[in-house]
Amino acid sequence: MSYISKPKVSHPGLPKNKLGLTSRDYEGSVSTLCAGCGHDSVTAAIIQAVFELGIEPHMLAKMSGIGCSSKTPTYFVSQSHGFNSVHGRMPSVTTGANAANRDLTYIGVSGDGDSLSIGVGQFVHAIRRNVNMCYVIENNGVYGLTKGQFSASADIGSKPKKGDANNQEPIDPVSTALSLGATYIARSFSGDKQQLVPLLKGALMHRGFALVDIVSPCVTFNDHEGSTKSYAHTRQFYHHVIDIDYIQPADEIKAAYAEGEAMPLEMHDGSTIVLRKVDKDYDLTSRASAFGYLRERFNAGEITTGLLYLDESRAEMHELSGNVETPLSQLPFDGLNPGSAELKKLQNRYR
Amino acid sequence: MATENDVVIKIATVNGTGSASANGLLMKSIFRMGVPVVGKNYFPSNIQGLPTWYEIRVTGDGYQSRSNRVDIMVAMNAQTYAQDMADVGTGGWLIYDSTWPRSKQLDREDITVIGIPFSRLCNESFDGARARILMKNIAYVGAVAALLDIELDVITSLLEETFAAKAHLIESNMQAIKLGYDYARENVVCPLPSHIKRMDATSKSIIMDGNTAAGLGCMYAGATVGAWYPITPSTSLMDAYRGFCARYRVDPESGKNNYCVIQAEDELAAIGMVIGAAWNGARSFTPTSGPGISLMSEFIGYAYYAEIPTVIFNVQRSGPSTGMPTRTQQCDLMSCAYASHGDTKHVLLFPANPEECFYTAPTAFDLAERLQTPVMVLSDLDIGMNDWMVPELEWDDSYIPDRGKVLTAEQLEEMEVFYRYMDVDGDGIPYRSLPGVHPKGAYFTRGSGHAKTGAYTEDSAAYQEVIDRLLVKWETARTLVPKPDIRYSKFNKAAVITLGSGDGACAEALDRLAAQGIGLNYCRIKAFPFSAEVSEFIEQHEVVYVVEQNRDGQLRTLLINDIGADQTKLVSLLHYNGMPINSGFVVDRVLEEIAKGRAAQAE
Repeated sequence: MSYISKPKVSHPGLPKNKLGLTSRDYEGSVSTLCAGCGHDSVTAAIIQAVFELGIEPHMLAKMSGIGCSSKTPTYFVSQSHGFNSVHGRMPSVTTGANAANRDLTYIGVSGDGDSLSIGVGQFVHAIRRNVNMCYVIENNGVYGLTKGQFSASADIGSKPKKGDANNQEPIDPVSTALSLGATYIARSFSGDKQQLVPLLKGALMHRGFALVDIVSPCVTFNDHEGSTKSYAHTRQFYHHVIDIDYIQPADEIKAAYAEGEAMPLEMHDGSTIVLRKVDKDYDLTSRASAFGYLRERFNAGEITTGLLYLDESRAEMHELSGNVETPLSQLPFDGLNPGSAELKKLQNRYR
Repeated sequence: MATENDVVIKIATVNGTGSASANGLLMKSIFRMGVPVVGKNYFPSNIQGLPTWYEIRVTGDGYQSRSNRVDIMVAMNAQTYAQDMADVGTGGWLIYDSTWPRSKQLDREDITVIGIPFSRLCNESFDGARARILMKNIAYVGAVAALLDIELDVITSLLEETFAAKAHLIESNMQAIKLGYDYARENVVCPLPSHIKRMDATSKSIIMDGNTAAGLGCMYAGATVGAWYPITPSTSLMDAYRGFCARYRVDPESGKNNYCVIQAEDELAAIGMVIGAAWNGARSFTPTSGPGISLMSEFIGYAYYAEIPTVIFNVQRSGPSTGMPTRTQQCDLMSCAYASHGDTKHVLLFPANPEECFYTAPTAFDLAERLQTPVMVLSDLDIGMNDWMVPELEWDDSYIPDRGKVLTAEQLEEMEVFYRYMDVDGDGIPYRSLPGVHPKGAYFTRGSGHAKTGAYTEDSAAYQEVIDRLLVKWETARTLVPKPDIRYSKFNKAAVITLGSGDGACAEALDRLAAQGIGLNYCRIKAFPFSAEVSEFIEQHEVVYVVEQNRDGQLRTLLINDIGADQTKLVSLLHYNGMPINSGFVVDRVLEEIAKGRAAQAE
């Protein structure tokens, strides 16, 4: 984890967002990850997404577990509270944090080891509860900090630097999330910022559990010939299904979309997602067809990317449990305590 | 034997047959006659078909612990008949269902056997197998009422309150009670020489179990987030909290909840949720039991090091491993005191009964937020799930929650820079900022090595500075936790120390020993770390009997470890068979130790 703070350099010409802040105001400490790590590109994409959305830094909460991916919240938005929890337990901490204060925007950054092995239980249950959060998996198929063991997302046949190829079925976070009813599911590639930034923006603004699974190659332990999570492999086999443009409520839709090629979808907060259908046959509102499509493309060796599933109608955790709109942590004590007279009365049942 | 308001009734039944409500009715009827009672439920880890017992101790003296004798056995379970008969004390009575013949081989000369044909009476009066079984269990309430002189009017009014919405049930239940009552009156000389007589010793009391009291306490303390994974014997704590919240925490305007209960996928998640919510400024808690503590340990260490207020109720059950989930013990003292890897230690609170469970809840939240650390309330199955007669609960409306050192937006705005882990006040407790309040309050919460600024560190001095400061905080905790309850007799050489549910048995044992001319001083510990008063108390005595409900003398170990108590003085009296401790055990063990000491002196 970095303890080198980044020097603040002022560029008068930098564009400002609706809060008058520049993208520099959304940066964090200097990354201590390996040069060329996919995660650093994801960090840059998150900074751009949060900047463009104009989220007040202190209204963002950055959550993570343990691992290379989980270090990254120190590298963006230093004016936000961060929570680097224990291995595989970011979902539960975020669930509790969200239960206490529903007004914050939650971004959880996890990895394939953190979410699909040690933390798979918490990952799936956060989805079931439809916790309102953006859940990023920086997926590289290996454990980096412990030097290159396979993770649960390693593909069959993928080769390690040394030793035998993986022969166990991979856990695919996208189809797992699909089967559990996640309401926003996307996949992207750390090397494709153009696709990734709008997907992150949509995920941050989506009401409910939004998964963004990002192939983010490990340059040190999994970027060699024979690896299915390398830069070269990903570039060769990745396949856009539906790209999106994210348009905030106040902004006008300026781009011209040709009929049949683009479809605007209104989101819960009044913003719009414009789907640019790269593959016209894909229906991102049907779990069944999405699942079938994903399996088919997976079997063909392709990495399907884009916004793969969306359901804006399902209630999120607070709505499901019928909670008040005010963050529970901000309720005044007076309203929480029935007082001495009521205590006397209620004890009549215990005589 | 012949006694008044000093009798122990034990009822042997099969679980899942409605006996719980029958036994509750019996106990409450005695309570409503103004006579103090103790109720203990010995139940299997099972839903239907296994033996279960309920013990009602009628104690005009108002003692709180169970008795180790049985005066009247209501033997309704053929499976356990032999054992039940053997358990009756000399001069006692055994009541059985005389519908069917029984083995005379089991007869005892020193007790009186009373046959009442419960099944026949109920078969004649009720239709349907289920109704007949349920009513048979209500009928014995009637028989016991006649034998002990319990007022029928009291039973009637209790039934009317219980079934206010189901009038037909009042009628059938009353009919069953009358069957047993009338049969006993017609065939046995009623009341028995040992019986009940109306008193006026319960009007300021209630009957409540500790989990209900703790759940109520959490609601009164202003807890808004509860996360849990079901585990016996703590489950009813969250049930109670949720029940009270459903009644008192629904916003009248919107109809929405001012609380959030999350049933987690396991204890690892439950504690993560509690920590996340507390980090965000909500009073949050989780109830659990020993196995849950084991699973939560990693996170407990995190909360200790990252300094996040965390409230855990551990309703202890018999270990190790799955152990006996429906039996009591105080076996998690060590595992809670030092839960998690690395140098960690945690504040523990030890309520002795349901009344204290209620008052301990706000104390736990106040201490957790003041100290920014995990606070564990160590109850046990005996306290948590049994019905105790305790003084009516009171609430001080002037109570203001102690939220500890939390910086406001205004305070943060005025600060040049905020560092999370600085010991500004010298008490080892740093200042905290909550997310969403002010950008200047932002910091990175981490379980990895950090300096007092909050930044990641691998620097030896910076790391050690924080770890050492946590010890300063530990000493502050020592001054803030509840002080022990200390009572001096006129003799001052020997003493008893106990904690939690050992209190009732010890207090009664001290009376009984005093009646034999053996005076002992008494210290009931209410918290860990131990206050200075505990150290002083031990120093004043030559022998200290440490009474606790585990095999390994965990409280004794903590005393030696935390305050350097002289281990040669500390004599362990250990009760750990899963049953609640009783005064007879303490008396016998103290007498044995005294005899041993005399023998040693004589040599």
